[in-house]
Amino acid sequence: MSDKVEKDEVSGTDTTGHEWDGIKELDTPMPRWWLWTMYGTIIWAIGYWIVMPAWPLISSHTAGFLGYSSRGSLEQELADATAAHAEDRNALVTMELSAVKNNSQLYQFALRGGKSAFAVNCSQCHGSGAQGAPGFPNLNDDDWLWGGDVDAIYETIKYGIRSDHDDTRIGEMPAFLTDEMLTKEQINDAAEYILSLSEKREDMAAVDRGQDVFMENCAACHGDKAKGGRDFGAPNLTDAIWFYGKDKDVILRTISRGRNNVMPAWVDRLDDATIRQLALYVHSLGGGE
Amino acid sequence: MVNSSVENIDVRPVNKKENRALFEKREKIQPKKARGNFRRLKWIIMGVTLAIYYITPWIRWDRGESGPDQAVLVDLARERFYFFFIELWPQEVYYITGLLILAAISLFLVTSLFGRAWCGYSCPQTVWTDLFIFVERMVEGDRNARLKLDKAPTSVSKFGKRLLKHSIWIVIGVLTGGAWVFYFADAPTLLRELFTFEAPVIAYSSVAVLTATTYVFGGLMREQVCTYMCPWPRIQGAMVDEDTLTVTYHSARGEPRGPHKKGESWTDRGHCIDCNQCVAVCPMGIDIRDGLQLECITCALCIDACNDVMDKIDLPRGLIGYDTHAGQFDSNPERKLDIRFIRPRTIAYGLILALVGAVMLFTLLNRSVLDVNVIRDRNPLFVTLSDGSIRNGYTVKILNKIHETRQFQIEVVGLKNAQAWIESGPPIGLPMIVTVPADALSSYKLFISAPAQNLPGKTSDIDVVVTDFKSNERDIQETSFKGPEK
Repeated sequence: MSDKVEKDEVSGTDTTGHEWDGIKELDTPMPRWWLWTMYGTIIWAIGYWIVMPAWPLISSHTAGFLGYSSRGSLEQELADATAAHAEDRNALVTMELSAVKNNSQLYQFALRGGKSAFAVNCSQCHGSGAQGAPGFPNLNDDDWLWGGDVDAIYETIKYGIRSDHDDTRIGEMPAFLTDEMLTKEQINDAAEYILSLSEKREDMAAVDRGQDVFMENCAACHGDKAKGGRDFGAPNLTDAIWFYGKDKDVILRTISRGRNNVMPAWVDRLDDATIRQLALYVHSLGGGE
Repeated sequence: MVNSSVENIDVRPVNKKENRALFEKREKIQPKKARGNFRRLKWIIMGVTLAIYYITPWIRWDRGESGPDQAVLVDLARERFYFFFIELWPQEVYYITGLLILAAISLFLVTSLFGRAWCGYSCPQTVWTDLFIFVERMVEGDRNARLKLDKAPTSVSKFGKRLLKHSIWIVIGVLTGGAWVFYFADAPTLLRELFTFEAPVIAYSSVAVLTATTYVFGGLMREQVCTYMCPWPRIQGAMVDEDTLTVTYHSARGEPRGPHKKGESWTDRGHCIDCNQCVAVCPMGIDIRDGLQLECITCALCIDACNDVMDKIDLPRGLIGYDTHAGQFDSNPERKLDIRFIRPRTIAYGLILALVGAVMLFTLLNRSVLDVNVIRDRNPLFVTLSDGSIRNGYTVKILNKIHETRQFQIEVVGLKNAQAWIESGPPIGLPMIVTVPADALSSYKLFISAPAQNLPGKTSDIDVVVTDFKSNERDIQETSFKGPEK
């Protein structure tokens, strides 16, 4: 490179002195505004390192003078949101649940809150549309094991079913084969009888035998007419809704080994206002009584 | 002796192509005051446009109890746009598209007829720059005084003048930004809040940003905004043709130019006496005698300046004037303007304008004041009930676009033995009647159940009919009812 800066003849601009195949590279200066913007960003970055969390250390990081953290800001936002709704939440916990519907503003608040709480806490088992799955009830329909009015739903959510809470409700479907209460043949007869309640069966002799087995062993909880009983959470066996499925194999398995699913108690995990929102939301899904 | 009645100005058109090197510091343009018809027209247009800008938010318009009484209002919080008798909801934003098309085509039409008339007279950048130059002239004097002041050593009086000028500029900026925010909130309320420091932060920051941009664009950057930032000068080339009126220097008449002594003959020379008045008044820093160029905003001040000179030296006016491209080469000073307003281009623009305008007017006048949306639940698709019947869920949204509470009946048509009810609405079997508040959207959860054996297949087509109780206005929404595979 020559010591003297060479000028390009055409543009009058300095060249860098680099030349390829007769083409010389111009040394066009940066536009001022661009340069000052870049200096500005550097100064900004230094200020940012000082006031905001920036540099990783061995076990933590520099905290910054403003004391900002994204976790803290989220907590603050959540607290602000809760505080902003304080009035509605207080109204919700002091009011009869069945009366909330008459206050449309409060009801809408409850439904929206319930919807989001459902998505966070309930959808894992009951599905995002509350449509349920085998072993997890569909909350849209009109069939309720433990009662479908809003107070019953509230109680179910609050204390759970077969949960570890003292006030939980318990019902037990025994394991008739495992515990040697019935033989395989008897269980088959009982299943035939149960299926005969909602569809036509071919082996009527088995159905008749099954009716006796049912009356002796099942009617205590499921009722003489197999319509179920809410005191024990015993399902109605005559309707179109099947908790675990309508296949005979599934029914045989249920009678043989029993079923004791758990709905957790939410009283210690969610505040009362949220549980009430959830109860109202579930009640609004179409099957509420 | 040089013609004594005309001052010969030593002025350099700083934005002339040859004078404008890259990476050179901008040389400030100190435009001289022009006097004449176009200057007067510009003052009038400045007054009218500024008046429209400042007065519009204060015009009241009665919309009853449920609407704001401001004629023009962009209500971002409630998502409404009000313009006198027009009220738009967010989903009708396509009217804005129509408005933008109208604005663009109007600009094309005006440009093809009169060149950059928008730039020269009514563009906010031009209007505010003109206002800022006016202030500068009031405080520091006209061109010569300002040049002298620039060169003068620092003194109390120089500092005082500068301080006064910039202060007035900033006040204008504040008033500009201050007027802007009134379009977005109730003007009298916001004015009070602004002074009592109760206005929202966004209002203050909007005022601050617009103050800054007004001050910088109108006071400091001026012609650079037009030349470097605005895309329009680049587009105008496609709009201008040989019949477009532009500010034209009649070179055939003016050349060869040169100083002229009083009493000298005008034969064998042009009418331009090279006094540079046209350059001195130009706010863009160009020489119009170089022909039409990108920087020219056709503000026509050079026409005023040149006509003034022509009067003084007893030559016919119009050496610089509005003329078509062809006029440039006509040396006859008595030349009659022959403007072809009707050209394929203007006909096309006119037709598009009329068409889009008619469509907009028609849709606006026939705008429905009831809108219904029916959204089928997709999760779950359907629910089997204990008696074996199938239930579907729908969200029905009713938009009541008038400022009056209305009652609607919702009906479901097209499904045998179906039952329909609204969540927490009237009991099953009673008519589904809902009340929608004035100027509001209400959302309802609609359930429909039907015996499974009545369903023709997986999907049945049904209609949800919403009828206004009083006016019988009706909206029919087609939707479907889903069931299990048959």
